[in-house]
Amino acid sequence: MFQVRIHGRGGQGVVTAAEMLSIAAFEEGRHAQAFPSFGSERTGAPVVAFCRLADKEIRLREPIMEPDALIIQDPTLLYQVDVFAGLKPDGYILINTSKTFAELGLSDFVASHLPERLCTVSATELALRHVGRPVPNVPLLGGFAAVSGIIRLESVIKAIRVKFSGKVADGNIAAATEAYKIVRNMMESAHA
Amino acid sequence: MSFQPIKFYQTGTFTVGNRLLAPEERSVQASAKRFNSINSGHRACQGCGEALGARYAIDAAMEATQGRLIAANATGCLEVFSTPYPETSWQIPWIHSLFGNTAAVASGIAAAQKVKMKKGERRNIRVVAQGGDGGTTDIGFGCLSGMFERNDDVLYICYDNGGYMNTGVQRSSATPPAARTSTTPAAGAEPGNVFGQGKYLPAIALAHEIPYVATATVADLRDLEAKVRRAMEIRGARYIHILVPCPLGWGTAASDTVRMARLAKETGVFPVFEAEYGEIKSVLAIRHRLPVEDYLKPQKRYAHLFGKTPRIDVIARLQALADRNIRKYGLLGKEAN
Amino acid sequence: MLKQIEGSRAVAEAVALCRPEVICAYPISPQTHIVEALGEMVKDGALQDCEYLNVESEFAAMSVAIGASAAGARSYTATASQGLLFMAEAVFNAAGLGLPIVMTVANRAIGAPINIWNDHSDSLSMRDCGWLQLFAENNQEALDLHILAFRLAEELSLPIMVCMDGFILTHAYERVDMPTQAQVDAYLPPYEPRQVLDPAEPVSIGAMVGPEAFMEVRYLAHAKQMEALKLIPQYAAEFRKVFGRDSGGLLHTYRTEDADTVIVAMGSVLGTIKDTVDELRAAGQRIGVLGITCFRPFPIAAVAAALKQCKRFVVLEKSLAVGLGGILAVNVRMAVTGMGLKGYTVIAGLGGRAITQKSLHALFLKAATDELDLVTFLDLDWRVVNRQIEREKAHRRTGPVAEALLRDVGVVGVRNY
Repeated sequence: MFQVRIHGRGGQGVVTAAEMLSIAAFEEGRHAQAFPSFGSERTGAPVVAFCRLADKEIRLREPIMEPDALIIQDPTLLYQVDVFAGLKPDGYILINTSKTFAELGLSDFVASHLPERLCTVSATELALRHVGRPVPNVPLLGGFAAVSGIIRLESVIKAIRVKFSGKVADGNIAAATEAYKIVRNMMESAHA
Repeated sequence: MSFQPIKFYQTGTFTVGNRLLAPEERSVQASAKRFNSINSGHRACQGCGEALGARYAIDAAMEATQGRLIAANATGCLEVFSTPYPETSWQIPWIHSLFGNTAAVASGIAAAQKVKMKKGERRNIRVVAQGGDGGTTDIGFGCLSGMFERNDDVLYICYDNGGYMNTGVQRSSATPPAARTSTTPAAGAEPGNVFGQGKYLPAIALAHEIPYVATATVADLRDLEAKVRRAMEIRGARYIHILVPCPLGWGTAASDTVRMARLAKETGVFPVFEAEYGEIKSVLAIRHRLPVEDYLKPQKRYAHLFGKTPRIDVIARLQALADRNIRKYGLLGKEAN
Repeated sequence: MLKQIEGSRAVAEAVALCRPEVICAYPISPQTHIVEALGEMVKDGALQDCEYLNVESEFAAMSVAIGASAAGARSYTATASQGLLFMAEAVFNAAGLGLPIVMTVANRAIGAPINIWNDHSDSLSMRDCGWLQLFAENNQEALDLHILAFRLAEELSLPIMVCMDGFILTHAYERVDMPTQAQVDAYLPPYEPRQVLDPAEPVSIGAMVGPEAFMEVRYLAHAKQMEALKLIPQYAAEFRKVFGRDSGGLLHTYRTEDADTVIVAMGSVLGTIKDTVDELRAAGQRIGVLGITCFRPFPIAAVAAALKQCKRFVVLEKSLAVGLGGILAVNVRMAVTGMGLKGYTVIAGLGGRAITQKSLHALFLKAATDELDLVTFLDLDWRVVNRQIEREKAHRRTGPVAEALLRDVGVVGVRNY
């Protein structure tokens, strides 16, 4: 079982991101369970959503306390919420920012993690460019597909088509695809 | 007004033998073919105004719908005296659910009816809901307001006798000022129900701007029948508020029920009007204006106003309320103005 | 058809397949998504021949359902928590009148203090109201139970609550197999009421009954629920024939064959319990699970049979009988009267407290060696509790308890992971 925890703020599509990740896994014939951290919905408040992916039925209903991957939709949360709590030592981290981990002041933290599993991407910028709204959730899923290889980009695109239609879907697909390419390139140049 | 008042000059009243009227103008109750929706043999007190009002109202509704009517009933006198199983006075499909939910139950019936009609499973059937003033103005008020604002196809009839008579004459929000009840006793410096409280539901119904609101009394039964008939011609939420004197709660003679209702109207204590979409269309004018004392005196619930030292001050306040009604609703009619 | 959708959506689609004729909606978390989805289906024409009423309260919602059902329409509503309590009088009334309304209860705690998260306090508070109560373990079962509930309710002329864990199930996206309209039509016949408000055959419904017959009326309501104990397995078998999967039934056992210890529970926590039991089985523990699907009527004989082989049982429940202990536990104990079993009650997950595999693992190990107290509050923060007790000894005017506790916990805002 692979467990993903997504952190963001109300209005950034955190819950939708977890749901889309589960739909993408479903499209690949796998089992998936997505659920939000339940609470009153307020724009701007810290929000957490979860997604479990597995090849058999998922029965577990506890919140994800030891995630295999973290998607952080808003870097300001780094200084407000213990977003890294419970992350496995070999876990993935994807942060929506134009800065590097070092610039975010996370050098010490990342030193103990696998560098090829840590990644940043300016998803808000991509969303603004392709969708016209600062909603970073979907491009981050594209980036997540690239960094983790857990899910295919085509599956993410299918999930986008399930959740959105028309121009919004097209914009999100373009944003997710570009995020995927950016992350791929970053990883290849890091290994080159 | 949708009925033609007929003055019977020999007696000086507005009542007239049905035999003298054209068949289409005769009252529903005058017909041997009336539905008897509430059959005789029920357990209402002698002189019960509610039994009289319900009989006229429901038979008129049955006439208007050619017998295709369902009634929902709130807990209260009408429910209790008309039933205990295995007996029932109701010759129409009838449901009692709770004290405070009658309007909503009726909404449910109306909704079911709408679907069944659409599916072609059933013919057109209309819904009437009924309750006393407690079940309408107090505990059932939320559901009533909800039914009004959704404009559900329900005629709600409130039989107002000014208190919780079924449980032993307690005050409701429709109990008039100064009236003695078990919970507003004739004791202390200001005996009876206090001034400045209570609510007048017909005005609240008007504020919902529903298609039809009317008031009536059991003194003008042809007027009551006409209003029910008019209400059944309209779709959507409708409300009729009927003053029904209660010999037990008011402390009046059983034979005086109709007289008390007439006095309530003639003194201006109870305005009788008809309104559509929040606008008053007509009033039943006062014929011989009388002082409120004439209405108050026969009622034991006001006896404390007429003791050794009559409470002229309180009577004056009640007169002022009646005068305000007369002004506000134009109850003296065109002739008097 | 397999779908990856939210639990609420799955239930809404299943309800729509049941061809409801009147739906009443009043918003309360966490059931809201269900009635929202149904409202959309009625509005856009996907669900035909259905009246959808936005009412002014839960009391009105149940009352509209009563009127609609008495007029012969298949009626549905959904609620949770305070909403269920607010409609309580009408809930009893619907059962007393014998009206087969189906209602989803998206289980949620009851205040005060106000709390929107999951536990079973709401529906269990209504355990004696005369409704049947079926509890879903996952979203597949939640949607299946609704189809079964309409058939069962209408056969018995009794209302049914389908209970599903608020948020944990209602807001979870997971895979469900959505039946076809043809399948549902094959399983669920049109509603044929035993009593109906019909001018062609007028009846009086809901009149007074005195001491001469009230006991008998009540006994028959009880007897009818007991009849459901026979019907439910039969309907579950027929469900399997039509839909090709097991759903519903009175209860489900998991690895109980040779179990010394059996964990008894209801709802979605069964999944976490099963995963924990698998771990313990792998470590050599003889432990199994008994999941109760049908809480009312309570399947006394089936529970006794399921626990016959074990040495001890642990009832883990998301409800609390204040001043006694467990609610489900009392029911289970009644079922095993005279069987000489050790029984433990564990109160867990109140107000959305996460029930973790880690805590369950430790708990079950303790149970297996009979080291549990008769009543245990799982993961209770004793430090905070004791501080408040001390405070109340020292001062009179200690203020709102909940506020004082949260100051001690040191959480700002609500955190749930």
